[in-house]
Amino acid sequence: MEHEFDYKKAEEAIRRKQRAVRIFTYCCLIMWAGVVLFPFYWMVLTSLKSYGAYNGERIPSFWVWPPVFQNYKDAFTLVPLAGYLLNTVIFTAVTTAIMVAVITLAAYAFARLKFPGKNLLFTLLLSLMMIPGELVVITNFATITELGLRNTFTGLILPSVTSVFYIYLLKENFEQVPEELYRAAKVDGTSDFKYLWKVMIPICRPTFVTIVILKIIECWNSYVWPRLITDDPAYFLVSNGIQEIRENGFGRENIPAMMAAVVVISLPLILLFLAFRKQIMEGVSRGGIKG
Amino acid sequence: MKRQWKAFWYLLPALLFLLAFLVYPLVDVFVYSVEEGYNFASQTYFGVGGYNYSYVLHDPYFLQAVKNTCILVVVTVPLSTGLALLISLGLNSIKPLRNLFQTIYFLPYVTNTLAVGLVFMILFQKTEYTDGLINLLIQWFGGSSVDFIDGPYWAKMFVLCFYTVWVVMPFKILILTSALASVNPDYYKAARVDGTSRTRVFFCITLPMISPMVFYLVITGFIGAFKAYSDAVALFGADLNAAGMNTIVGYVYDMLYGDSGGFPSYASAAAVILFAIVLTITCINLLVSKKHIHY
Amino acid sequence: MKIVLENLTKKFPSRNKKEPKDVTAVDHFSFECPDGQLISLLGPSGCGKSTALNLICGLETPTEGHIYFGDSDVTSLTPELRGVGMVFQNYALYPHLTVKQNILFPLENRKGKDRLTREEMEKRAFQAAELVQIKELMDRKPRELSGGQQQRTAIARALVKTPSVLLLDEPLSNLDARLRLRTREEIKKIQRATGITTIFVTHDQEEAMSISDQILVMRDGRLIQAGKPQEVYDSPNCLFVAKFLGTPPINVFRGRIRDKTLYIGEDAIWKTDLKDQEVFAGIRPEGFLLDSDGPLCCRLNGVEVMGRDVSILSSHPACEAAFVRSIIDSENQMDVSRETVRFSLKPGKVFLFCKDTEERLPFSAERSSL
Repeated sequence: MEHEFDYKKAEEAIRRKQRAVRIFTYCCLIMWAGVVLFPFYWMVLTSLKSYGAYNGERIPSFWVWPPVFQNYKDAFTLVPLAGYLLNTVIFTAVTTAIMVAVITLAAYAFARLKFPGKNLLFTLLLSLMMIPGELVVITNFATITELGLRNTFTGLILPSVTSVFYIYLLKENFEQVPEELYRAAKVDGTSDFKYLWKVMIPICRPTFVTIVILKIIECWNSYVWPRLITDDPAYFLVSNGIQEIRENGFGRENIPAMMAAVVVISLPLILLFLAFRKQIMEGVSRGGIKG
Repeated sequence: MKRQWKAFWYLLPALLFLLAFLVYPLVDVFVYSVEEGYNFASQTYFGVGGYNYSYVLHDPYFLQAVKNTCILVVVTVPLSTGLALLISLGLNSIKPLRNLFQTIYFLPYVTNTLAVGLVFMILFQKTEYTDGLINLLIQWFGGSSVDFIDGPYWAKMFVLCFYTVWVVMPFKILILTSALASVNPDYYKAARVDGTSRTRVFFCITLPMISPMVFYLVITGFIGAFKAYSDAVALFGADLNAAGMNTIVGYVYDMLYGDSGGFPSYASAAAVILFAIVLTITCINLLVSKKHIHY
Repeated sequence: MKIVLENLTKKFPSRNKKEPKDVTAVDHFSFECPDGQLISLLGPSGCGKSTALNLICGLETPTEGHIYFGDSDVTSLTPELRGVGMVFQNYALYPHLTVKQNILFPLENRKGKDRLTREEMEKRAFQAAELVQIKELMDRKPRELSGGQQQRTAIARALVKTPSVLLLDEPLSNLDARLRLRTREEIKKIQRATGITTIFVTHDQEEAMSISDQILVMRDGRLIQAGKPQEVYDSPNCLFVAKFLGTPPINVFRGRIRDKTLYIGEDAIWKTDLKDQEVFAGIRPEGFLLDSDGPLCCRLNGVEVMGRDVSILSSHPACEAAFVRSIIDSENQMDVSRETVRFSLKPGKVFLFCKDTEERLPFSAERSSL
């Protein structure tokens, strides 16, 4: 009997300690989750407060009922938010499409075609990854200005349609496709382009999805280049748009309307993330760096 | 022969774009940086020399920007890496709700830095209508309120560091969580059999095993923090010099364009200096990591 | 040290959400390991042998039952308090530490009055390394070692704290075939030299048979049979054990007892004292004798000459497998061109099992009567 007692007690002690550690862990994790989520909560909350109510609160309230949707209407009518969104969609779609085409061809050449100096060229290409964007932005700005492409979509899009990192990622993936498939296709008389289109791209679809999503995120959030190249609000993307709204949109004090615009801008990416959570996190952990 | 040309056609678009927008500008930026008195409109310059560098290095705005950037780097890189390590350790030790936490923690990565920066601004800002939420909290705990956005330097720096940490955490947590998950559990079992204490397990097993990833994060963290810019714009507005919160990258852009712009030579010189700093720090990091990563 | 396992049971919560039933990995396992023996836990994968080892080690706590080391109950003790040494399947050597640092690691964990002086630690590490013959490799990193050397380092690390019990989890499975033979001899030697009670887990019956003092055969978390290797081989207590032990494996036939006579298929083999019933007859490959008047008639499929002896492949309609494999002395000349081959059987190499329970049916055979 005594043994039985000791055994239970000792186990109980271990359990209690483990439980304490676990509760502490959860508390810490919940705290950080709070830090992450709170700005989102606050932005949605504020966007639902009426202008008068918000400015009347000396001590901000944590809840609003009934919610006011006037701010969302203001965001689309008082400032050209819809225009910013449309510009961003066009910019994102065109950039991503061109980039995918360009890098697919290049990755295919590196992965499957034979030509002299391939390894040397690829090494040079990889070394380009180390060039910081800040260094080349100056000349690119000058180039685009000289070409008279400021305040055009062409000017916005051109410098960001290649990515050495994505070429590298895609080439690695292409090389995992068994070479026998290529030989078999050659025997059947399939052209390289058809093989790429009909075999390689379908097989490597997951990588394409990852690349496309990461590029979309990058485009949607790009700020520096659009800011340099556009000063006509008709060509502003969302990042510049929100900056413009902040500086002289609703007047500095209409915070709720500003928050409504912020919600509208943030929402598409959050939805995209929730839909493709796995691919995004995997792609980012393979080397995506917020740029 | 025909086959070789085919490869060339496949590569042509990529090479063209890379040459035009990456290789040529890289060379050109050094050229710009030594052309003295370059004029954008007439595209003329007086001579060649190191004057641009000397101008930039004596510009108080630039020195302020260097100071700001250095404080930002020194504070945020260790802080975010350490915090991310703690959170990843916590994440790795639980099973239920792990996916939910991971999803939440990753959210800042996919949000627009400029947009969410505005939320931080209203949280920290003190206006004539309200003290803002953070100041309210400070008052609750008996402190006196501070305007973090237009107030004293340390307060502004605090917000900038806080927001930067908030923005870079998702990437670090993601990398460290997967690094921790890839450590073979047998090492922990072996350590338990030998009665290794929790701290010793962490410092003698876990940390060495994930050290390559930690160093990777430190290196990318340094590079990223040195290039900080849009976080500051989000919080303090586009005129960073006026707020005294400019960063080196911000200085480059301000020199290039905007109200104070039109000096691509100065901008180039500043960019080259930034690049030199980043390169030096990265090399030091690599040397240190070589010494400490043993396998 | 003597190890006593008493009614040891470990249940894991089910991972399948549709069927929230616990999985019983170890089921009322009772056994007494005498001091200083080398014991092997043998069973197919998933039979709970590794869980049993983890319970003894203390990495898992049992749902029910007790574990005694000597006379003290260690059931609720943490691994480090039990004084066990463990060698993991993949060795779990810390890759960033040298061999010496790895061996020192357990000693450096000790605190307070148990802590040794630096010289004492070094001395102990050196002794352990000498025992497993890796003295000259002390400054290498694990990745610079061969598989066998890593394995010995792992053993040295387990031995350095002079454990009362040494546990080895599939210690040979990561080695190539030749190294495996040599290493198992070495484990045996080290165990003999130190006299530490050693338990090791394996799914390879040959390995278990060749070096253990006792083998414990497990199936579905239960201890099926325990005993000296030869005893278990010579008298398996159920069909599972008979099938699991021995290479080439035992030949299993469907048979029955009718009128006190054992029939395999339609061949009447011999008289027995069992009552009439359906049975499985297991015949070891070495239990066949070439005999032109023998009772068992098989179709000849082929002959493999293996030097010392000859392996005959034949087929029989009542055999569970496609081929009957028998091994006979190579001195027996045989005509390969014949269609059929007849065998008589050695009674000690034939086991009968109840068709339903698959348990062993002891019997006495009178061959002469047929």
